Amino acid sequence: MKIVGSPAGRPSPFGAEEPGPAGAASGGGDRAFGTEELLAEVDAAERELTEAAAVRGPAGTGTAGAGPRTDRPGAGDGGATRDGGATGAGTAEAELERFEALIAADGKVEPRDWMPDGYRRALLRQIAQHAHSEIMGMQPETNWIGRAPTLMRKAILIAKVQDEAGHGLYLYSTAETLGVTREWLLDELHAGRQKYLSFINYPTLTWADVGALAWLTDGAAVVNQVSLCRTSYGPYARALVRVCREESFHHRQGFDILYALSRGTPAQREMLRDAVARWWYPALAMFGLPRDRSTRSDLSLAWRIKRAPNDELRQRFVDICVPQAEILGVELPDPELRWNPERGHYDFTPPDYDELMRVVAGDGPCNRQRMAHRRRAHEEGAWVREAAAAYAAKHPAEPYGEPPASPEAPEAAEAASPNVPEAVETARGAGIPMAAETAGAPQGDWPLWEVFVRARRGFAHAHAGSLHAADAATALRNARDLYTRRGEGVSVWVAPAGAVTASSPDERDAFFDPAADKTYRHPSFFDLPEGVKHL
Amino acid sequence: MNEPTAPPAGPDAAGDPGARGFAVRGSVEPGSVARGSGAGSLLAGEPGLPGYVLGLGDDALVAAQRVAEWCARAPQLEEDVALANIALDLLGQARALLSYAGELEGLGRDEDALAYTRDERDFRNVQLVELPDRDFAVTVAKMLFFGVYQHLLYTALSSSADARLAGIAAKAAKETAYHTDHAVTWTLRLGDGTAESHRRMQAAVDEVWPFTHELFEPFPPVPGTVDPAGLRGAWLEPVERVLREATLRRPEDGWAPTGGRRGTHTEAFGHLLAELQYVHRAHPGARW
Repeated sequence: MKIVGSPAGRPSPFGAEEPGPAGAASGGGDRAFGTEELLAEVDAAERELTEAAAVRGPAGTGTAGAGPRTDRPGAGDGGATRDGGATGAGTAEAELERFEALIAADGKVEPRDWMPDGYRRALLRQIAQHAHSEIMGMQPETNWIGRAPTLMRKAILIAKVQDEAGHGLYLYSTAETLGVTREWLLDELHAGRQKYLSFINYPTLTWADVGALAWLTDGAAVVNQVSLCRTSYGPYARALVRVCREESFHHRQGFDILYALSRGTPAQREMLRDAVARWWYPALAMFGLPRDRSTRSDLSLAWRIKRAPNDELRQRFVDICVPQAEILGVELPDPELRWNPERGHYDFTPPDYDELMRVVAGDGPCNRQRMAHRRRAHEEGAWVREAAAAYAAKHPAEPYGEPPASPEAPEAAEAASPNVPEAVETARGAGIPMAAETAGAPQGDWPLWEVFVRARRGFAHAHAGSLHAADAATALRNARDLYTRRGEGVSVWVAPAGAVTASSPDERDAFFDPAADKTYRHPSFFDLPEGVKHL
Repeated sequence: MNEPTAPPAGPDAAGDPGARGFAVRGSVEPGSVARGSGAGSLLAGEPGLPGYVLGLGDDALVAAQRVAEWCARAPQLEEDVALANIALDLLGQARALLSYAGELEGLGRDEDALAYTRDERDFRNVQLVELPDRDFAVTVAKMLFFGVYQHLLYTALSSSADARLAGIAAKAAKETAYHTDHAVTWTLRLGDGTAESHRRMQAAVDEVWPFTHELFEPFPPVPGTVDPAGLRGAWLEPVERVLREATLRRPEDGWAPTGGRRGTHTEAFGHLLAELQYVHRAHPGARW
């Protein structure tokens, strides 16, 4: 391909404007997919989470006199503040002040913290769109599972589509921490009231589309999601760290498909060219409207739900893709694409935002097909979901009676022991979305379960996430499939989300601060005289 | 007759030295064929180890292709994840078995050559796995019947004198234990769930049951193999117990369609293969 003025030593796309350890790594001369650099950023985001968890946020002020607050958020209205008038009027300003201080200090907001309605709404919109995109995004790729040209490619593609279902589940349970149910979220999707990413509404016409879709749209998603790993909402940040780790292979397998085509027959190379030409702009459009046309970005940025503006991420993506396209020997469909030494970035023609708006509004080539497929799957599955619920109702002894038939039954039996709440607290500190915090919300869906996984023998079970299941036996199986499919576990516990009793954020100071000044409990409190050993 | 009557057709046949290897003709009954057709050339009805391994590999491949059809349309998102896991396990078994069958054949055909360039009549899978999954209950019934069968067979084969086959079987036995568990879980819930689910599950059991007989057709004794004919008793016990517990009626034995192991398949199978093989066959010799 021709890249006018393409410099020999291009800077990393993770330039100086992006703080973080990833800036040091540049692609070098090998097949630089950007994955290593992106994963380094994910690592950094995870360290940030760990550090945020170590400090319990700014010292509590203004809550001592607040009235009791329910632990159970309301549900179903898509974003109401859950505690209504429970907080005394005099403390509302203090709450907002405290919230803003937390955001300013780069702290993490947790599900039962007070948050402004607007923050909750913006978060919910974003997480719902993300979750919907994962499950709707299965369709264009599923289109090629049956026809994958080798058994290896077929296996990889099934695994990738499966991950998308799994990521949808992580994200739905993240959204559920905001006091809505998955059933409500799916209803909103099926009714067209909540959106998913526009690229999903384009067709996959050849095998090369499977590669181009993954290389470009997963590549764009990774750039976006890596930035989101530093989002201010704790459960979302934790889910994204997991998603990004798992998705790095998606992006890479897409490139790998295209790389094989680039070295193949003339027909394969034409397939490659055609697919990249069709997927380039849908991928660029994934970053959303530019600043001058977007109304929501500023607020999301201010609240640190999003951590980088759309245009900056889009530029970063272009800068990553151009050298990769050169290695593939494929021309990106933009005659204006060229290196700009003054900016230190590639200049490019932006996507057609009017087309983006049309597709988002429902008039893309496949919108109707995708929605009809999704609704049909949901409707045709209704009798199965009802059957599982009916069976659970007929066999009430099963969920809590005998220990679940796990490969390590004695450990599963421990799930009933009083140690579980401790595990829950550990999980929240380190952890992943705590959907237990929304338990008690109306569930037309199967009930919610919390999942705890022992990663290796010798490790404690740690909270991994949540899922829906009609009863304990299926919850255990679903947990195995969802949370240990990369060999992450040797033992799994499940517990009904409603059975978890959690401490309240309001009582945090009373609960935990008294322990903070008893430094004499730690051996480091005591100075040892020189020469004392084995003490 | 111990020679194929015609070379298999297909775009790749000419360029593929091994294309004749696993040709199996419907007119040839197992055991009716003279042995000794020579190492490496697996002729019509050859009942040896290569044909045995190929049959198991084809079973797993076709089952995987069917289960994977559920991707993005399972009754619940959690089930989408579970079915994909099962499809991946089956596909892994197919790849290991087809690779081994190709090595035993000795004509240089790998897993993909066997999966993608054989014609319908050259596949040796049982008909049960190719039945279309029109309803989730049918998928569950197939998974129950086939999963228990696979699990018994793989468990027995894990102590096969053939070390390679024993290794593949030992791994697959763990996987099929899980598939069976999944199928039992759903059989109970659909059978003993709502009136609607009971009706559908019973219809699925009735529809699939006749095809279970073929699973236990005798295979001529070959060192290192297990004759599935001896497994039906061990299969019936858990299957009948689960059906009973699920409040389902165990169908009468009667009609017993057969022929898959000899290359006679249902009409639906050609469509499955057309989808499976289209891209690979459209680009002969291409690498992917």
